[in-house]
Amino acid sequence: MRIGVLALQGDVREHIGTLAKLACETVEVRKSADLKNLSGLILPGGESTTISKLMDIFSLREPVLNFVQSGKAIFGTCAGMITLANEVLDSASGQQSLGLMDISVRRNAFGSQLDSFEEVIDFDGTTLNVAFIRAPIVERVGEAVQVLSKLSDGRVVAVRQQNMLATSFHPEITGETFVHEYFLKMASSPQ
Amino acid sequence: MNPSKNESTPLVKRGLAEMLKGGVIMDVVNAEQAKIAEDAGAVAVMALERVPADIRAQGGVARMSDPELIEQIIATVSIPVMAKARIGHFVEAQVLESLKVDYIDESEVLSPADYVNHIDKWKFDIPFVCGATNLGEALRRITEGAAMIRSKGEAGTGDVSEATKHIRTILGEINVLASKTEDELYVAAKELQAPYDLVREVARTKKLPVVLFVAGGVATPADAAMMMQLGADGVFVGSGVFKSGEPAKRAAAIVKAVAAFNDPAVIAEASRGLGEAMVGINVRDLPAPHRLSERGW
Repeated sequence: MRIGVLALQGDVREHIGTLAKLACETVEVRKSADLKNLSGLILPGGESTTISKLMDIFSLREPVLNFVQSGKAIFGTCAGMITLANEVLDSASGQQSLGLMDISVRRNAFGSQLDSFEEVIDFDGTTLNVAFIRAPIVERVGEAVQVLSKLSDGRVVAVRQQNMLATSFHPEITGETFVHEYFLKMASSPQ
Repeated sequence: MNPSKNESTPLVKRGLAEMLKGGVIMDVVNAEQAKIAEDAGAVAVMALERVPADIRAQGGVARMSDPELIEQIIATVSIPVMAKARIGHFVEAQVLESLKVDYIDESEVLSPADYVNHIDKWKFDIPFVCGATNLGEALRRITEGAAMIRSKGEAGTGDVSEATKHIRTILGEINVLASKTEDELYVAAKELQAPYDLVREVARTKKLPVVLFVAGGVATPADAAMMMQLGADGVFVGSGVFKSGEPAKRAAAIVKAVAAFNDPAVIAEASRGLGEAMVGINVRDLPAPHRLSERGW
């Protein structure tokens, strides 16, 4: 199975490293032709305003939308979650998400970098140590959206809607592979 | 308190820098410039009192920015805000931490406050980025707690040659280290003036344990792309944007060139019609006492 990682900006290397641990073939996606023959696409962590602008500059918005609408799997971490949401709260001017998932996401929901943290959370019944870095939170979840992780205070930090997966946190920088394995299962059974 | 929640761990501090990779961090002196940088696609802004070119031209002691200015910048943009403290000035760093900036740059661009010691960065919850001209210097800063390294270059010149020299030196020295046998690493640590365990880790992983950006003299999209091709994780642009003829256009062009650093056609397109670049000073014409990269040790 071949999985692409959107390689415009952000922690592309960590996602590729995590997929490599799972013996998965990876492709850095910089232009629309790179999406060919992929089973799934990861939108990495990074700066969501920058990634949004670069997707337009390199004409990737439509091709990624078509990729997902054709039933291929997509997974966004942190900035990637913001990019997938159909509503972004506290967005920068001119910032446009893909609007694919029926969720409202607040950027930098915890505050500044001083409020970033590592935490052990439950993801779909499995315990994982993950990092939240200037992380977003899911404030509204649509009917078709399944919640996979909540913090102890009940705030939603991982969601799935059909072939789309999004997490507020970074499983890729703490060395956890479980969320990527979960995603590979989604990618191997197209919706 | 949630016992499983840990703030300000090395991973969390280094993690933010990981998220900035492939991006451009721009020097700004006020909220208006910060907005231009964010709109151009900067991944973060660096707040400082004067851009390096002005520090150079005006002389005098360069210090941390006015807190009011930093607060205005934080209120204006949604991307991370970094700010500079003087080398060794741990109280400026305490002030910046209390303002809740996202990163502190302990920077040679400002006048050093201590010619012997750098800040003990482990004492802080906020992450630090520090400059380095070679591998030993980078490892000493990491030992003191730096969560990100930037090669120094020669700030405020628009001359990229020192940036080239420093990134080549750091990455070249890592390659040399990686080729050494286990028993040679003890002497390597002595020569690098860095702790053995860290030297051994770099020799084994063939990279620094933190993100490595380039700074100092980057003025054009081609300069920025060259630094990326040489192996930088990202680029700081100081005077290069706001000392040029059309800052917004140049800023966006540098962001584009960094994202597509291996594609000459894109870099060519980004380089078109940008107006005047900053005038620049050749580093070779600068008397040694005026070279900022020689501050820090």
